[in-house]
Amino acid sequence: MTATKHTLVALVADQPGVLNRIASLFRRRGFNIESVTVGHSEVANYSRLTIVVDGSTTSVEQVRKQLDKVIDVVKVSDISSDNIVAREMALIKVKSGSASRGEIIEIADLFRASIVDVASESLTICVTGEEDKVDALIQLLRGFTIKEIARTGRVAMSRGEIGPLGAAGGATTAAEARRRGRNLKTKGVTNG
Amino acid sequence: MKLSGAQILCESLQKEGAEVIFGFPGGSVLPLYDVLPQYPKLRHILVRHEQGAAHAADGYARATGKVGVCVATSGPGATNLVTGIANACLDSVPVVAITGQVARPFIGKDAFQEVDITGITLPITKYNYQVHSAGKIAATIKEAFYLARTGRPGPILIDVPRDVFAEPADFQYPTEHVPPGYRPILQGHPTQIKKAAKLINEAKQPVILAGRGVQISGAYDELKALAETAQIPVITTLLGIGCFPGSHALSYGWAGMHGMAYANLAINDTDLLIAVGMRFDDRVTGNVNAFASKARVIHIDIDPAEIGKNVPVDVPIVGDIGTVLRALNKQVSSARHLEWLRQLDGWRGKYPNEVRDSSSLIPQYVVNQIYQATRGEAIIATGVGQNQMWAAQHYTFDKPNALVTSGGLGTMGFGLPAALGVKVGCPDRTVWCIDGDGSFQMTLHELATLVQDRIAVKIAILNNGYLGMVRQWQELFYKKNYVATPLSCPDFVKIAEAYCIPALRVEYREEVKPAIEQAMAHDGPFLIDFHVEPEENVYPMVAPGASLAEVMVAPERHHKKVSDSAKLPVSNI
Ligand SMILES: Cc1ncc(C[n+]2csc(CCOP(=O)(O)OP(=O)(O)O)c2C)c(N)n1
Ligand SMILES: [Mg+2]
Repeated sequence: MTATKHTLVALVADQPGVLNRIASLFRRRGFNIESVTVGHSEVANYSRLTIVVDGSTTSVEQVRKQLDKVIDVVKVSDISSDNIVAREMALIKVKSGSASRGEIIEIADLFRASIVDVASESLTICVTGEEDKVDALIQLLRGFTIKEIARTGRVAMSRGEIGPLGAAGGATTAAEARRRGRNLKTKGVTNG
Repeated sequence: MKLSGAQILCESLQKEGAEVIFGFPGGSVLPLYDVLPQYPKLRHILVRHEQGAAHAADGYARATGKVGVCVATSGPGATNLVTGIANACLDSVPVVAITGQVARPFIGKDAFQEVDITGITLPITKYNYQVHSAGKIAATIKEAFYLARTGRPGPILIDVPRDVFAEPADFQYPTEHVPPGYRPILQGHPTQIKKAAKLINEAKQPVILAGRGVQISGAYDELKALAETAQIPVITTLLGIGCFPGSHALSYGWAGMHGMAYANLAINDTDLLIAVGMRFDDRVTGNVNAFASKARVIHIDIDPAEIGKNVPVDVPIVGDIGTVLRALNKQVSSARHLEWLRQLDGWRGKYPNEVRDSSSLIPQYVVNQIYQATRGEAIIATGVGQNQMWAAQHYTFDKPNALVTSGGLGTMGFGLPAALGVKVGCPDRTVWCIDGDGSFQMTLHELATLVQDRIAVKIAILNNGYLGMVRQWQELFYKKNYVATPLSCPDFVKIAEAYCIPALRVEYREEVKPAIEQAMAHDGPFLIDFHVEPEENVYPMVAPGASLAEVMVAPERHHKKVSDSAKLPVSNI
């Protein structure tokens, strides 16, 4: 991870249009976003986002504050300086006849990637890891013909017992998250 | 007992203390209008265009501090609100807009008069909703009003499908409904407050720059206490006008593009800028890189995202202005700053904010006469352009929330509907709309609303036959190439009379005072069409892209710029 890339994680209420709100915010304010991933969190009706921001062109602190201002965002945190686990998954479809198949499988093995689909003229590889690793695999596979790539973008979490979203995350119901979220909100403030 | 969605909406509005709805009906809100007679305490004011409903709710909210409510039907009714919603958003005004929507089964089918109004207003509302069942209306209204008026206020839109209005549901008004992701910070951080107090106590040439946040927080006494204790000159933004008495000895006007020269020079020279409830809009900072370049900056605001957005800050304090100032004032020692105040008085003596001598009818004189006649106690709503700047310069506001003007969006056509909303909210106050001939023509149909609902707004049109502010820019920056700015106007007196509103045309100086007196004496709306000097310019002026130090004063008075630097970068036009 280069120093200019920042990883933000956010817990958001699953309201209709919440992604629209966030995407609209990024577009409107001209924030340069490398990736956004979203999926369910440990709390029912709350999703978790991982956002990668290019800090050389965009004020990461502004992104964080503007996101925090979105009513549906319960908590947002820049975890770049934390000790984090960050992973991305990619599906890569490579052209491969019987001649190249063995070689491609060998490369995939080196990356602990798995072959998830085999057709007469192609192989689909599934790889998981840090972006560098995914990049490196793709680089090697370019020696063959890559037909399709689908990458998820980064998901991330702090290492250790409780991450910055942890307190709300300890909740299992929306009401609980609401209560905890409100308490959380008082932190996360640029006040000093 | 079950109520219909429409009834639940009305009950909920009443629970929130709403007394007035500015609206315009149509198919999708008909079920709502159908039950309105059951709620006589909810006064409905029929505007002539939905933009007027939004501006009226906005004016009502600014003048009263309460949440303004407007209603429009789906499709074109909803889109007509958009300008008004954006206006309220940029000036942080608490407005709840309720729009009808096509019935649930038709949503997404491009049904008749269907627009995605929540999508359209997403970036110009603080939050918006589409309510999918009558059972959710009460909680939505509760939350919407809470969001609109707390923290940094703003407009909220609630889109209600037609069949949801008709759907029966149990009504129980929730006691509390706060979204989990919403928690405005009210208390300032003690360490930061301590740091701020230290800077204030050490400053030699401090300046307070106060914005609309002071009015929203109602922190007038706190601001006054700070200024008086440490003898700090107070300058406001355009929207901050009135948050500190304009005739107070420590008041040094307002800053920015057409602010007072002495205010701009003070900001340029200050060693400590105490920015309170303002957001460093480019119209107030001028060239932001040269803004207050000798100063440390304390920024107090309730919105964390405003801190450091445009101007780097030394001591940020997030919190409610009143709460923060109360804590801060305890640590501020008394001071005199005699030399600094003398310096400001010197600038003020040299570049006073006064009506220039003229035998012809100049607009500044008209504003001053309205000020005299109303003893400074009127609420003034304005159009946008030169008229707005002259109103802000030559009416002295000693009371808060008395200048109702479109700052952030600069919306021509705001004046009349806003004045209408103000008068409805403050029936005992004298309300003048000081407007431009161009701005007035954008929403003059609301004259009919004044008549139908007996709203006694007095209207002064500063009729210069031009889109004057744009013409001024063409004169100064486009070699007098007056393209599309000369304005042919109807006879406004006849227009008013057609609406059964008495009116006068004024062309000479001597007629001004009697005309204003006649307007004030009349029990009802009144219009005066002042035919003013057509090519009068607004000064002082900080050219777009220039720094505050490069403020230009009226050439006929000084034949030079205040600063030596004659270079006026023309950008951002
Ligand atoms: C809705 C809208 N359209 C265009 C503008 C750009 N604009 C700013 S001031 C101005 C001229 C206003 O003319 P008038 O109302 O006659 O006021 P004056 O400046 O002559 O006092 C214009 C066109 C605007 N602010 N708002
Ligand atoms: Mg004009």
